Amino acid sequence: MALKAVGTSVPRKDGLGKATGAARYADDLTFPGMLHGRTIRSTIPCGTISAIRRDFDPAGFTVVDWRDIPGRNVVALLTDDQPCLVEREVRHQAEPVLLLAHESREALLGAAVHIEYLPGTPLLDPERSSRSFKDILIEKGNLEAGFAKAYRVVEGSYRTGHQEHVYIEPNGVIAVPEDGGIAVHGSIQCPYYVHKALVTLLGDAVTHVRVVQTETGGGFGGKEEYPSMLAGHAALLALKARRPVKIVYDRVEDMEATTKRHPAIVRHRTAVGRDGRLLAMEIEVILDAGAYVTLSPVVLSRGAIHSAGPYRCPNTRISARAMFTNTPPNGAFRGFGAPQTEFAVEVHMDRIAEALAMDPARLRDRNALRPGDTTATGQVLGQDCSARQVLRAALRKSGYRRKRKAFAGTNRGIGLSLYYHGSGFTGSGELKLGSRASVELTATGVRILTSSTEIGQGTRTMHAQIVADALEMPYEQVEVAQPDTGVVPDSGPTVASRTCMVVGGILERAALELKERLGDAAPEEYFRRHGPVRVTKEYQQPDWIRWDEVAYRGDAYATYGWGCDVAEVELDRDTWEVRPRRLTVVADVGKAIHPALATGQIEGGTAQGVGYALLEQVTMRDGVMANAQLTNYLIPTTLDMPQVDVVLVENPYPGGPSGAKGLGELPMDGPAPALVNALRHLGLDLRSIPALPEAIMEAACASP
Amino acid sequence: MRITLNGAPRELTCHPAARLLDVLREECGLTGTKEGCGEGECGACTVLIDGAAVCSCLIPAAQVSGASITTIEGLGDDHPLARAFMDEVGAQCGICTPGMILTAVTLGPRPSLPRIRTALAGNLCRCTGYEAIYRAIRKP
Repeated sequence: MALKAVGTSVPRKDGLGKATGAARYADDLTFPGMLHGRTIRSTIPCGTISAIRRDFDPAGFTVVDWRDIPGRNVVALLTDDQPCLVEREVRHQAEPVLLLAHESREALLGAAVHIEYLPGTPLLDPERSSRSFKDILIEKGNLEAGFAKAYRVVEGSYRTGHQEHVYIEPNGVIAVPEDGGIAVHGSIQCPYYVHKALVTLLGDAVTHVRVVQTETGGGFGGKEEYPSMLAGHAALLALKARRPVKIVYDRVEDMEATTKRHPAIVRHRTAVGRDGRLLAMEIEVILDAGAYVTLSPVVLSRGAIHSAGPYRCPNTRISARAMFTNTPPNGAFRGFGAPQTEFAVEVHMDRIAEALAMDPARLRDRNALRPGDTTATGQVLGQDCSARQVLRAALRKSGYRRKRKAFAGTNRGIGLSLYYHGSGFTGSGELKLGSRASVELTATGVRILTSSTEIGQGTRTMHAQIVADALEMPYEQVEVAQPDTGVVPDSGPTVASRTCMVVGGILERAALELKERLGDAAPEEYFRRHGPVRVTKEYQQPDWIRWDEVAYRGDAYATYGWGCDVAEVELDRDTWEVRPRRLTVVADVGKAIHPALATGQIEGGTAQGVGYALLEQVTMRDGVMANAQLTNYLIPTTLDMPQVDVVLVENPYPGGPSGAKGLGELPMDGPAPALVNALRHLGLDLRSIPALPEAIMEAACASP
Repeated sequence: MRITLNGAPRELTCHPAARLLDVLREECGLTGTKEGCGEGECGACTVLIDGAAVCSCLIPAAQVSGASITTIEGLGDDHPLARAFMDEVGAQCGICTPGMILTAVTLGPRPSLPRIRTALAGNLCRCTGYEAIYRAIRKP
């Protein structure tokens, strides 16, 4: 029997290509006769187009506007409200209006297009918007009865800003006409989302659509929905030019035009007993959705469900809405609404602790969810609930109690956050997806076929480990097919911390069935006799899951990852700069299929959380990002990151492969509140992020 | 214009103001050098010019006339740093990896953590949080 691959840090399938520069990303590909494409975008946040003037010699150019769309002019996703190209109405800045293609990038960039508008009055403040894309109400117990028993009532309002993904590889695709159809190769998280969008957009103009993921230089949710838009543009140009067309955004265009994390305003009103027990929580969540629906209803859903934190509270009322504004649509970003709402509840918990003169860790320990408790949606948690376990481990590992005392009166502070993150799609979402994945016998082993994309997190490697063990086959004999919708089945999108737990689980079942078919025969021998036998399995929802999509009651997620961060900071009282000194992260991931990859996910997500907390400010001016450059939108560098100590806890989820839970998004939820709570330990009352020096100075001047 | 590229002499025909990044990727076909920002902030386009780590997006071709340039391809398939990046999972999405490795080459063997952090401050990574990159560079 082969050595077990699961649980060991086997070599990455894509390690060599990435470490030698051989890996091919979208912009590294060229096709014969290829043109370059460019997008002409709106320059006002709201209004109607009255005229478009093309001030260039059209020779050699392919020009596309909305009238060239053979199918429906929408970017098909949840609600078909977003056009692929503006017809008349402009709803936000940087909205695509006209497409150009040319052999020469210089000629392309030199082409001047002038758009005239009848400008409208933009709506830029989500609190002033009267148009909600989605309203959610989650109710549990009796709120008034809870407040009636209050020893203290603590209220607060918390804000989080936009966050830009800053995958180091900007968005890019190449559309290539082939045999009456079209193939799109690109930096894509969800090939079948792009496939669906292209089929809708191109209609009968093509015999088939094929979407191929190239090596992808980071995604973090930022390549979940926008590639459908971009692929549509490239495909329209390619069909008209009858030549391949590449569109690769530069950093400025990528930052101005594509999605970001939703800004949020979260209000809390909490009744608490003298002993620190939470008696009632009233929570209001407002997300700034931007100008089109895109994924906002789902982001809102996850944000709302996580907004009460990993705490037991008998009486809860959560109301949430995603508001229209005249800004580019906000979208998926690692954590998907939860980092916003968990920031709010975790800072609020520290304020409750202050009101009770209680240590924040003790308050959390008292209220942390335990097996058998119910969440805000009424889900009864099983033994896979580890809130107190991760809390206690983090306190021990970090020396929290000792440092909390020792730092008092110094320029150092220590704070913590306790958090959780639902694995996979919400409620019955996984059932609706009906994901499929295949394992196929080859001459030398097996091949995995899924549409799950490798975007850095280790999909290929981790899937191969699971399949290798199920087949009792050496890891090296398992290969992973490139996601190409012409070849692989639809395994659902690569999002929601589902790629290991959900798709890995389907693959495990496929591999087990293949093993049964092989019987005693060696795989090579079976292949010689029967050829490339393929087993495809579909997702099976655990039979205990009950979810009411309308009332928002029931089992919101099959399981949750649990985390606790302890942050230590040092404040410079001259410059008001805060320097994180150390972060301790304890994460329950169920089972680390590949410990080094799992640790890397936690470390990387933590770094994004540090940026979210302390550095990353999107400055919006007239409805568009004004600092759309890496010169003035800052993400953490080596010198900004503190030492990060990661402890992996493995409390298994019985439904996941080898007990694995989702882990990709979990580490995004914790750092921001832990860091802001460390500042609170220094006496600074901050309730919004990013906590830039100017905000810290203001808080310092306001504090008594 | 002549340069030494990955140890071999090479004649360039590009416009003297062309970005070295584009010349390497397009004229020389060396796509291991990546563009992340085009303004010298992210370091994904780092190459070695006469042994110094430089952002190739900021360098006009004329400026490297006569110089020796090393790209990730010039390190070959079995460079100890490439191996260490594989072993320690220093690469996740991999787009920053060529630049990271080339900057690390300038540090010599077994550099201290503070030296690594200072040297890599111009190479952005959005995936790893840098910890695995430190582990890789400290390994060989």
